[in-house]
Amino acid sequence: MHEELSATVVDIPSSSTPRLRGPQDLLDGLFRGATLFFGLFILLILGGIGLSLVVGSSEALRTFGLGFLWTETWNPATEVFGALVPIYGTIVTSIIAMVVGVPLSFGVAVFLTELCPPMLKRPLSIAIELLAGIPSIIYGIWGLFVFAPFLQAHVQPFLIGTLGHVPLIGALFGGPPFGIGILTAGLILAIMVLPFISSIMRDVFETVPPMLRESAYGLGCTTWEVVWRIVLPYTKVGVTGGIMLGLGRAMGETMAVTFVIGNAHRITTSLMAPGTTISSALANEFTEASRGLYTSSLITLGLILFIITFFVLAAAKYMLIRMQRQAGT
Amino acid sequence: MAKDLSRYAGRRRKNWIILSLSMFATAIGLFFLGAIMFALLTEGIAAIRPSLFTEMTPAPGSDGGLLNAIYGSAVMTVFGTVVGTPIGILVGTYIAEYSRGNKLGQAIQFINDVLLSAPSIIVGLFVYELLVVPMGHFSAWAGGTTLAILVIPVVTRTTVDMLALVPNALREAAAALGTPKWRITVSVCYRAARQGMLTGIMLAVARISGETAPLLFTVLSNQFWSMDMNRPIANLPVVISNFALSPYPDWQRLAWGGALLITVAILCLNIAARTLASFGSAKQ
Repeated sequence: MHEELSATVVDIPSSSTPRLRGPQDLLDGLFRGATLFFGLFILLILGGIGLSLVVGSSEALRTFGLGFLWTETWNPATEVFGALVPIYGTIVTSIIAMVVGVPLSFGVAVFLTELCPPMLKRPLSIAIELLAGIPSIIYGIWGLFVFAPFLQAHVQPFLIGTLGHVPLIGALFGGPPFGIGILTAGLILAIMVLPFISSIMRDVFETVPPMLRESAYGLGCTTWEVVWRIVLPYTKVGVTGGIMLGLGRAMGETMAVTFVIGNAHRITTSLMAPGTTISSALANEFTEASRGLYTSSLITLGLILFIITFFVLAAAKYMLIRMQRQAGT
Repeated sequence: MAKDLSRYAGRRRKNWIILSLSMFATAIGLFFLGAIMFALLTEGIAAIRPSLFTEMTPAPGSDGGLLNAIYGSAVMTVFGTVVGTPIGILVGTYIAEYSRGNKLGQAIQFINDVLLSAPSIIVGLFVYELLVVPMGHFSAWAGGTTLAILVIPVVTRTTVDMLALVPNALREAAAALGTPKWRITVSVCYRAARQGMLTGIMLAVARISGETAPLLFTVLSNQFWSMDMNRPIANLPVVISNFALSPYPDWQRLAWGGALLITVAILCLNIAARTLASFGSAKQ
């Protein structure tokens, strides 16, 4: 009854009493028009981004064709360009970020929803979320001057000494400890996506009906069993959405990666070696690139990044919306 | 019975181990926050002195400050906020007040959420193609436009969320008095959602004031004092980035100083925004 009333009252078109409110009608129309106009403007921005990238990349795509995607060469002197190395770097750093970052984020979310004393919950959540507020460039300089030297001196020799001798995965941890490189970039990305993923996980964990939790506890489940068998199955769509959102962030992250990855256009089996990603190649080379084919190839890298992140983020969003509906009903 | 008890002990042990790990994960997150702040403070404090705020960025080897970069960042951040905020609020209003859940409204909200997380470097490339290429040179206008585009999705998102919290009874009461719809939105809904919307704007400012990557393609930077919006202008993030990667100790020190400045400003904005938001929710 209440719902119906609100719908009818608010939706009454303002033209119902035309003689009384002539100028108000005009204002109403203008205001509505303005909101609609800028709403469409959002779609236009997305379309504009896609279009400008396609236009900018046309020269490179005409020259290299689809082979651009799997060509390893990147040589500004001879003007031969291929995207394989940056794509490889983006994927590998994102995988490292997810492998390290997702369990950490899950741990943080479990701690905040299940263990944390209520008094500490808010300050701790804010503290973790502040990690998301720190700009990328700060992670960059901290990574370059503090974290990378630390890894080089203490962590990487250890990894090379232990995992480096294990068959199969040993090659990933071979070679000298450079400090900067793909591993360092992946680890910094893991820290950067932690607040995003953990805050979404925390939010979706809190949508689990208390009755489900309490029933499980009533049957004698331990906290971990409640999380693993009740909370996680109930929220799996939302959790996956959160992880994908973190993945989208990790793939597009620029400055932090540019500072610590070493910007070397080659694929090495060792994770310790320098590499490059799509975004770091752009940040590093764009302003120095000569107009024409070089710039156009860089913009093509941007187009590839745009397409990948668009689909990852759209899938993430779709899952989170499904989660919301589930929680709403 | 003994077997049951040992199984129970096993479950308890597993529970204990995993919950300890989760506590450890939280500690790791907090540790990194602490480690970054610690490094910023120890390295940055040395650079914080009056000359930082009164002198221009120096040539290598000489003394100087970051005045031109601070000015440039402030101008572009203000431009981005002033242009982006009203647009974001209007878009949010359309989604929350006018679309009433229709397909177009849902599509706009979806795209807005994708833009919210989209890599900022892509936005930089877009503005490069849109403004820098036709104009033929980098400019502060292009940088400000980039920041405005980054502000819109943040403000839109919080506006939608906050307008959704405004009780329908308020709208009905205003409508019953014969108030036109635009007036209801502006004088009733905005007013009720004011605090949350302000939080969104502060978070948007916090986000753009540290953006670096898109500015590389749009404003570049400038060694000297410039107020010409049509030319490259010095700005903190790009100066920090250039100076940190340089081999000169003076420049690196200034980079740390700038980094400390920017981080403290952003963290204060973040904390203030969240305090404001929680203050608002406590009042309701």
